Amino acid sequence: MLSIKNLHVAINGREIIKGLDLEIHAGEVHAIMGPNGTGKSTLAGVIAGREGIYDITEGEITYKGKNLLDLPIEDRAREGIFLGFQYPVEIPGVSITNFMRTAVNEIRQYKGLPQISAGDFLKKMEEAKKLVGIQSKLTNRSVNEGFSGGEKKKNEIFQMAMLQPELAILDETDSGLDIDALKIVANGVTALRSDENATIVITHYQRLLDFIVPDFVHVLFEGKIVKTGGKELALELEAKGYDWLKSEV
Amino acid sequence: MEKDGNTILDEVTKSEYKYGFYTDIEMDMAPKGLNEDIIRFISAKKNEPDWMLEFRLKAYRYWLTIKEPNWAHLHHPAINYNEIIFYAAPKKKKQLAGLDEVDPELLDTFKKLGISLEEQKRLSGVAVDAVIDSVSVKTTFTDTLSKLGIIFCSFSEAVQNHPDLVKQYIGSVVPYTDNYFAALNSAVFTDGSFCYIPKGVRCPVELSTYFRINAANTGQFERTLIVGDEGSYVSYMEGCTAPQRDENQLHAAIVEIVAMKDAEIKYSTVQNWYPGNAKGEGGIYNFVTKRGMCRGAASKISWTQVETGSAITWKYPSCILMGDHSVGEFYSVAVTNNYQQADTGSKMIHLGKNTKSTIISKGISAGHSSNSYRGLVRMTRRAENSRNFSQCDSLLLGDKCGAHTFPYIQTENKSSIVEHEATTSKISDDQLFYCQQRGISAESAIGLIVNGYAKEVLKQLPMEFAVEAQKLLSISLEGSVG
Repeated sequence: MLSIKNLHVAINGREIIKGLDLEIHAGEVHAIMGPNGTGKSTLAGVIAGREGIYDITEGEITYKGKNLLDLPIEDRAREGIFLGFQYPVEIPGVSITNFMRTAVNEIRQYKGLPQISAGDFLKKMEEAKKLVGIQSKLTNRSVNEGFSGGEKKKNEIFQMAMLQPELAILDETDSGLDIDALKIVANGVTALRSDENATIVITHYQRLLDFIVPDFVHVLFEGKIVKTGGKELALELEAKGYDWLKSEV
Repeated sequence: MEKDGNTILDEVTKSEYKYGFYTDIEMDMAPKGLNEDIIRFISAKKNEPDWMLEFRLKAYRYWLTIKEPNWAHLHHPAINYNEIIFYAAPKKKKQLAGLDEVDPELLDTFKKLGISLEEQKRLSGVAVDAVIDSVSVKTTFTDTLSKLGIIFCSFSEAVQNHPDLVKQYIGSVVPYTDNYFAALNSAVFTDGSFCYIPKGVRCPVELSTYFRINAANTGQFERTLIVGDEGSYVSYMEGCTAPQRDENQLHAAIVEIVAMKDAEIKYSTVQNWYPGNAKGEGGIYNFVTKRGMCRGAASKISWTQVETGSAITWKYPSCILMGDHSVGEFYSVAVTNNYQQADTGSKMIHLGKNTKSTIISKGISAGHSSNSYRGLVRMTRRAENSRNFSQCDSLLLGDKCGAHTFPYIQTENKSSIVEHEATTSKISDDQLFYCQQRGISAESAIGLIVNGYAKEVLKQLPMEFAVEAQKLLSISLEGSVG
């Protein structure tokens, strides 16, 4: 589904990602771990197509057989890429309902489908809300405005449930969550797992991976994936920290 | 694939004015220029009584003695008043009895605008007094309204049929000595609307007027007078679209509102005059004096405006809060794009005790435009325990536009409270990225964000207008990304 080969990315002339390779297939969950500043969020931003920050100096990314780097941000999203933001931004005055209806319809238009009916949309909303346990009235509020940290993250997973992406990238979705909120978020992600879609979970801590069990764990260190293993690698990292990896680089 | 903000901005702002067509109707015109003979011509055309002609001549003579104001944050070439045609009216074939008798070309024009009279009449329950250029073409719902004693007609008809009311209130809120453009309007106004709501009557429908400038080189000078007698209520809507022209056109209107004791008047405008092209050529010069007088105790006047058009906007809908406990409100969204310039805001003059006013102004600037808020809040010595709250927000799209805020606050008593809040923000890259990452195009994202930003004002509009206003905001800013 997603294939990254020899990716080099610089920000303001400073190389952050230094030759990264990653293969992701449908049905898989990949966890990317690593200390601060090693390029985890940069990788997420590059896949989503954020403009004006990243300078891709080398390498290629193909997604469902297409050159991903040729696609504008919104087309990547319409092709099924979803980014769960680490710091979801506030959009004052725009209700979640309105925001989601616009998103769903623009994606449908891209796929040549008619606009969603009001009835179907509401049904979809109800299901998605139930999945992440958010209250009905939350969707009448402006996107992320005045939301608590937990509400923001739940809102990200709610949107993921609404858009049903093929490739979801969750960037530090666990940061700022208490254990109950973490469980709700993780259960939502797990419920959305299927053979057709894939998930990349970016996290600092092993904790989240107790609930979203990954097929692969990659350690990103100084812009490269230095170690790949199964879910037990996460436990090892939790116990030993990242320092021991330095000797292996 | 890599687009910087300005490239996208350019693309978005390239959308052409969507109402750029004009109706080919035989005109009945005055010669170019302005002198006492022209004023007599206008007055004679309209069969006016002597007092009306005298009013015009006094205003004209006063106008000759004063100069165009230059304090606004606006730049434009000098207006040559001798090149303007001050009177143009579609030639009437006969008195119109029904819609089928309205000139088919006019009906077609309305259809292009999406405001066909039949549709308005059938679907929305809105009484429309449609004004093309200067003469009212057709007034609907007059029968329903007249049963309640409500008078809603063109200004010219009011002068003929209700001269006492007109004489009593004309110039009582905006005297011809008020300012340069008010004096000009008072001298040459051609038509407009008149509305009177009698004591204790709640007007059951939203009253609406569409103004439209239609002939090249024709200045248009509307005059609207709304009087709400004791305990009455009315919601009045005015909407404007103008066809595309290369020459600049002058528009200098006056709106006067009088609210007696316990009366409430809501006045909403969606203004979409031709703003000029992307290079800043053409477009309407809009110099408008709008003022309401809360004459009686506990009366209320509320202005809501959505301004997307005009090359130049000079407009300060104001309230004079004379009655004790009276309330004045001003809600505004002003959008400027390309080379548009807007200097707009409000004045709240507190004269009565315990009076209250609110100003919510949302400026949105894109392209090379300039968008200024100018507002005066004055608490006079008598206006004890009065309150004002002002909030002036500016949203910038791109880095070549300007937003300015000029608040003037004068308090002459110690018991009143005046609050002023102001913010300036940009549509952030983070917001755009967030929307685009959900599959929403940059253009739709801007539409969403801008409408969200303006929501506080848009929700003040009557439903029919709110929908139109939302579309207009998106159309006027298509593609602006900063």
